[in-house]
Amino acid sequence: MAATQYKAFDFFKNIFIHAFLMIVTVSCLFPLFWMLRCSLMSNSTVLVDKSIIPQTINWENYYIAWTKGSFGTYFLNSVIYTVCVVFGIVVVSSLAAYAFSRLKFPGKDIIFNLFVAAMMIPLPGSFVPLYVLMTKLHLVNTRIGYILCMINVGLSLSILLLKTFFDKMPPDLEDAARIDGCSKLGIWRHVALPLARPALAVIVIYNSLNVWNEYILATLLLGERSLMPLQRGLEVFRGTYQTDYPVLMAGLTMTALPIIVIYLLMQKHIVKGLSSGAVVG
Amino acid sequence: MNSPKAKVFEIKGNLENFLFVLPALLIFSIFYIYPFFELINLALREWNGVDPVKTFIGFRNFLDMAQDTVWWNSIVHAGYITLIALTFQNALAFALALACDREIKMKNFYRVVFFIPPVLSEMVVGYIWQWILDPNMQNGQYVGVLNFILAKLGLLNLIHSWLSDPNTVLTCIAVIHSWKGFGWGFIMLLAGLQTIDKQLYEAAKVDGAGAWSTFMNVTVPMMLPVIMVVVILTILGSMQAFVLIISLVSQGLAGYTEVPVTEILGSMNGNKQFGYACAQAMVFGLILVVSSFLLKKVSDKMKQA
Repeated sequence: MAATQYKAFDFFKNIFIHAFLMIVTVSCLFPLFWMLRCSLMSNSTVLVDKSIIPQTINWENYYIAWTKGSFGTYFLNSVIYTVCVVFGIVVVSSLAAYAFSRLKFPGKDIIFNLFVAAMMIPLPGSFVPLYVLMTKLHLVNTRIGYILCMINVGLSLSILLLKTFFDKMPPDLEDAARIDGCSKLGIWRHVALPLARPALAVIVIYNSLNVWNEYILATLLLGERSLMPLQRGLEVFRGTYQTDYPVLMAGLTMTALPIIVIYLLMQKHIVKGLSSGAVVG
Repeated sequence: MNSPKAKVFEIKGNLENFLFVLPALLIFSIFYIYPFFELINLALREWNGVDPVKTFIGFRNFLDMAQDTVWWNSIVHAGYITLIALTFQNALAFALALACDREIKMKNFYRVVFFIPPVLSEMVVGYIWQWILDPNMQNGQYVGVLNFILAKLGLLNLIHSWLSDPNTVLTCIAVIHSWKGFGWGFIMLLAGLQTIDKQLYEAAKVDGAGAWSTFMNVTVPMMLPVIMVVVILTILGSMQAFVLIISLVSQGLAGYTEVPVTEILGSMNGNKQFGYACAQAMVFGLILVVSSFLLKKVSDKMKQA
């Protein structure tokens, strides 16, 4: 009797838990579904038709956003910035992390602690002196200026994650390569980097999300439309298409979709990176 | 090894090793360390961003700031958003993590879905929600889907101009901020829960502890370090949130939606007071550092107890 009662209680507890999880799931997905749905409607129907699936599907909004809304340009820019910044971060941070973990040079601990401290200290409004500096260097409205700034943004965390990884890696293979006459740079490139692939995956994804979604530096440094990435472009775009919700939603979908797809493909690495980030913090 | 030749060899090796960190150190010095000191330098000056002369005015920017009620209100606004994030967002994250920390069907599905809002940009989230909350009417029907559903459910007194009513705008912002952010806390707390030794729960059961007492005496103490990390990250993230506000209310609802970062941006871009903007950034940065430092101290104390 007591056992069946207990089972019944468990059964209702499970239903309750699933109901709770389902409600939150719907609240997470509904706004995205609504964005997608409205991006496929026409400007006249979107305001009055509230059916879940629209009667007529209208792909034209994507074309309008891509061409008239200059979304093609913004999209390409975002791809360029993301690829360049992530590549830069991988090279620069893995070189530094390898040296911090394996090589000897004076001032090593001080320099490493500097990077760690930079990660811990929040610097809101650092964009003010950064903007002043970039103006001085004539790097405002240049791709390279924005790329260098963004490399710096992701540097500290990437170095820290990679150094932790290198510290745990057994040095046997590197020793073997050294005995075979491989140079330090060769060992970094042909031994350490391939072995560090799991950590590099975390760094690539984390920084890709960061660059793709970055807004404030893009706004301050890139005033010309031809140089703007998606997040800044969206704002300009919204200014011109204020009342045209379907086209705006098409633009939002194009901005969000790549990141969602990459996330779904790589979600294991992201979760791993996040958990290790929690340990570091 | 002590021969001069070996010494030269060692120095050369050290120099070569240093070259590995040089690119990182250069970028870091130019784009982090220099701006850091320039921020302090400019905070003591009056400068419009164009003039070659940056007049040294000592602490006058800080004295002006003491009387700037809009500035202090902006910190209160950010504090309000942070308070809601700390309570509502983190309680939700913890409840979801507890619900998923068991043998349960579709665990991975939930985990993937809850982390979708955090990977979206604040721009995208803001614009989607603005459309959902649209207060306008067309042909006697509400355009925004939230008001439309409320009308269909007959909850006419709940229908609202969510983002243009001073009473609701900041709460809306805070709730949407929490919607975007709870997935972070959820993933971290779940990772923490899964490191707790299951034998502890068994032991508590044997001792006759109920669910609540097990939660308070086993789960919470074991989770304290992770909870502290989540709390500190929530505070830092919520206090500095501003892109969501720009995308939700664009020009802002004067007097109700200012937060420190938009104020700093306004001092810089709008009023062309670069010195004042830097002073604001300095004070705000100090507030954040001191509060997270104090929290860390408190959590260390609790760990010892």
